[in-house]
Amino acid sequence: MNQPIDPASWNIETSMPKLDALTMGDELAAMGETRPEILVLTADLMFSNATNAFRDKFPDRFINTGIAEQNMMSVAAGLAAAGFKPYVATFASFASLLCAEQVRTDLAYTKMPVRIIAHHAGISMGFYGTSHHAVEDIALMRAIGNMTVVSPCDGAAVRGVLRSTVDVDGPVYIRVGRGAEKPVYDIVPSFDHGRFVRLREGTDATVIATGVGVRAALDAADLLARDGVSIRVLDAVYLKPLDREAVLAAARETGALLTVEEHNPHGGLGGAVAEVLAEAGLGVKFARHALPDGYALVAPPTHLYRHYGLTGEGVQAALMGLLFR
Amino acid sequence: MENRVLPRNRPAEVRDLERRADWIRLQTIRLVEIARSGHYSSVFSCAEMFAALYYSTLRLNPSDPRWADRDRFLLGKGHAAIGQYPCLADLGFFPQDWLDSYTRLGSPLGDHPDMNKVPGCDFSSGSIGHNLSVGVGMALAAQMRGQDYLTWVMLGDGELNEGQVWEAAMSASHYKLSNLIGIVDANGMGLDGPIEEVMNIEPVAAKFEAFGWSTDEIDGHDMRAVQSAFLRAQSADRPHMIIARTRKGKGVRFMEETPFWHLGYLGPADKAIAVKEIEERIAR
Repeated sequence: MNQPIDPASWNIETSMPKLDALTMGDELAAMGETRPEILVLTADLMFSNATNAFRDKFPDRFINTGIAEQNMMSVAAGLAAAGFKPYVATFASFASLLCAEQVRTDLAYTKMPVRIIAHHAGISMGFYGTSHHAVEDIALMRAIGNMTVVSPCDGAAVRGVLRSTVDVDGPVYIRVGRGAEKPVYDIVPSFDHGRFVRLREGTDATVIATGVGVRAALDAADLLARDGVSIRVLDAVYLKPLDREAVLAAARETGALLTVEEHNPHGGLGGAVAEVLAEAGLGVKFARHALPDGYALVAPPTHLYRHYGLTGEGVQAALMGLLFR
Repeated sequence: MENRVLPRNRPAEVRDLERRADWIRLQTIRLVEIARSGHYSSVFSCAEMFAALYYSTLRLNPSDPRWADRDRFLLGKGHAAIGQYPCLADLGFFPQDWLDSYTRLGSPLGDHPDMNKVPGCDFSSGSIGHNLSVGVGMALAAQMRGQDYLTWVMLGDGELNEGQVWEAAMSASHYKLSNLIGIVDANGMGLDGPIEEVMNIEPVAAKFEAFGWSTDEIDGHDMRAVQSAFLRAQSADRPHMIIARTRKGKGVRFMEETPFWHLGYLGPADKAIAVKEIEERIAR
């Protein structure tokens, strides 16, 4: 068989080591050692989500359902009802939009302990376009009763949420990027249920960010520090339940809040934070930095993140607008 | 608590099961009276099969509804739960007086069954087309763990219009789930009229066979045929689908004549006629 001779060549298999933030396959393979109830299901995407690492170790506990995502969700429900703990991995657009009703009715209403690993969320599929983007999923999943929603920002955080949510009752929606996210955490963090993580202390404003927004917020805080502006950064790793206390403390202590997310402006992190502020009667400076209410342009993901301001410079500009408007 | 396993394929007289089917029809009429709205005819078409499943075929444990080795029964056509509840109460899964609360504020018993509220309900349903997939998961779990329980799923024929049913059918044969048995209550009617006019699904048996299932086609109101088909299904070497040809509204003549009793309410005079017809048949 001919092997590629050009170092520029790549295929699905050889590209995987480059996506080092796709840690779920490896982590699940480790968790599977001590938890025989863990199964992994995917719909013809094991190389895209790296669950082949689990398949290699536990072939009898790995179920590939083919390109039939709705069936996969309901099969997972049946497996869970029989005592297993299924982890279901597919693109976030399919997990949340295509399967919304199976997730609501068969997993959430019934309180099945199924974990949905919704990877390539947001606009991280870049020029694949809108069919492969998921910018509505936080809103959809937040509105589903019994659902826990988490959004890890890097490879270590993916491991962290898998460990932290393993015993959560009912289903968990785990929103994951494309695996190329720059690191935020040096070591695997231990997350407390329903709590944000304070990554950076600050006094002039707070950025509450999730997913790729977290790295961008930290970079923005670095840029603004040069001008003497002090920014608190919170990692909104839990979107539901939401860390109400951390939102209120940030509002009272820093007086200005910016939310950052790779999501439609409606119903996401920004909306959730706004609900907390409004109900508490806190009239602080507040803005949502999200994607437009529409459909992203086609471009490589890094170009899209620059275009839509999900970078240090983009978040810096949004903060300047909030603080000095 | 006393362990009360009801073994699989318990001996039952054909005539007793036929009377039980008519009792299910009477109970359905009684519960619809509480709600003042209900799916009479969807139960009437599968009453013989409910009777055979609950009073002969299924291995159950009313004293431990979630017993790991029970046979599973999923009601894909969840709107027929009104005929399932009286059976579960009669077998001792929950108190009889729960039936009197049917659909009233806070009742565990709604139009569609909720597994977390109704002991004996193996999975919630209501959204047509999901439960065959759930059954695939349960049958797969049994296969993986070496458990010998069987998973039965009853679907409506209109339900077969849903695409997810065919995803499930495909996966059941891929995973070689000989422990999965489907029943299509093929009463030929949807809400809007005959299924062959609304969205034809025939030939059902050929379709399932093309998906790798074995099939059986029976008269779903002939108790002997139902019993023997249920026995045959248990020794299939692959997922098995029983296509039960039935009549919507079966057992009450004026209800058999129109599709519109899918949902409805019988006023006192019509209810008396229906009850009389059924009671006379039971007394025979």
